[in-house]
Amino acid sequence: MPVKDLEQLFQQKIDAEVKIEPRDWMPDAYRKTLIRQISQHAHSEVVGMLPEGNWITRAPSLKRKAILLAKVQDEAGHGLYLYAATETLGVSREETINDLHSGKAKYSSIFNYPTLTWADIGAIGWLVDGAAIMNQVMLTRTSYGPYARAMVRICKEESFHQRQGFESLLVLSRGTPEQKEMCQDAINRWWWPALMMFGPSDSESTHSEQSMRWKIKRKTNDELRQNFIDMCAEQVKILGMHLPDPALRWNEARNHYDFGAINWEEFWNVVKGNGPCNKQRLAARVQAWEDGEWVREAASAYARKKQSGNKAA
Amino acid sequence: MNNFLKKFYYGDIPEEQSGGQYVTKEGKSDWPLWEVFIRSKQGLDHKHVGSLHAADAAMAIENARDVYTRRMEGVSIWVVESKYVHASNPDEAGSLYEPANDKVYRHPTFYQLPDEVNKM
Repeated sequence: MPVKDLEQLFQQKIDAEVKIEPRDWMPDAYRKTLIRQISQHAHSEVVGMLPEGNWITRAPSLKRKAILLAKVQDEAGHGLYLYAATETLGVSREETINDLHSGKAKYSSIFNYPTLTWADIGAIGWLVDGAAIMNQVMLTRTSYGPYARAMVRICKEESFHQRQGFESLLVLSRGTPEQKEMCQDAINRWWWPALMMFGPSDSESTHSEQSMRWKIKRKTNDELRQNFIDMCAEQVKILGMHLPDPALRWNEARNHYDFGAINWEEFWNVVKGNGPCNKQRLAARVQAWEDGEWVREAASAYARKKQSGNKAA
Repeated sequence: MNNFLKKFYYGDIPEEQSGGQYVTKEGKSDWPLWEVFIRSKQGLDHKHVGSLHAADAAMAIENARDVYTRRMEGVSIWVVESKYVHASNPDEAGSLYEPANDKVYRHPTFYQLPDEVNKM
């Protein structure tokens, strides 16, 4: 069958809401887009453990330490689900990880910001995981089967991440003046980077239109961002805090909150590697990979030895 | 640009990644890929939940425990090395499943019975 016909059949399946599975024919560009998007998503889960891991040893109580450990462990699992989904598209795990380490593949820019105080852990749960969930709930309906299935699993686990973050901030917001101040400061620093997580504006986004047609995405960056702002603008009232945007106000006519301009220069700067922690994050990943090499080799050697032992017996 | 895409139309997992044969540049061998199946409770089937890399079956089960049963999702785990899974070809789906299409008489609703015949 000529490629043109295959492409037509493929689009018909997408339009009819039939999921695409690994062995089905798909356009190269669809495969490539998915590899890029899912592996970036996987890298984000894995690199995302670093800013939070920073506070495991310094969590203010045993309860908070146990919660944070569980959350960070979840992120590792989410990375695995997504790496596995990437592999179904025909790239090996090692290639994918090499692309992260060489800087060829990106991860979410949000993880290039530092976690300066304990309140940052709460703010990450509420805002960063909140923004991620918004995106991920949409992706449970993405057109590629393995990606959609990974997302269902992730969303189920992720909702505790956001709730524990908000609850942690709630405790601070009802605490001493210093705790309140710490809470507001964390919100101030994480708010704008969290909004940037949805990616460039629709008019600037190079991949958006085709991704919508292929139903990889079902909502645009701007739509998701607006939903997120509407949600947080209400939730922040419960904390008795405010979002650091003087232009934020309810717009009756639009039925949405209006908000101020996002600093896209900062966004592109961080994407290009000049954020506060880019070098540190990547160095930590590379070191973990290199330090683990002897373990990976030893396990392989042990498995080989056991197998040949079995054969001899 | 270096084209890193490899095409494969005949298997969920490309051959070279399905077992222990995948050799990296340094000549080291990657851990094989395993498919994981979980029984969520006694009385139910094992169901495919995902895949992972592990050096051997024991490690695959331990990793599956850590990744797929952190919230009491299972009471039993199967792992199968992915290279041993054989699958039907989606291109043949038409001819494979079409014969079942026109046999409505295989379904109980095909038969119209008087209302007096209860619960058959």
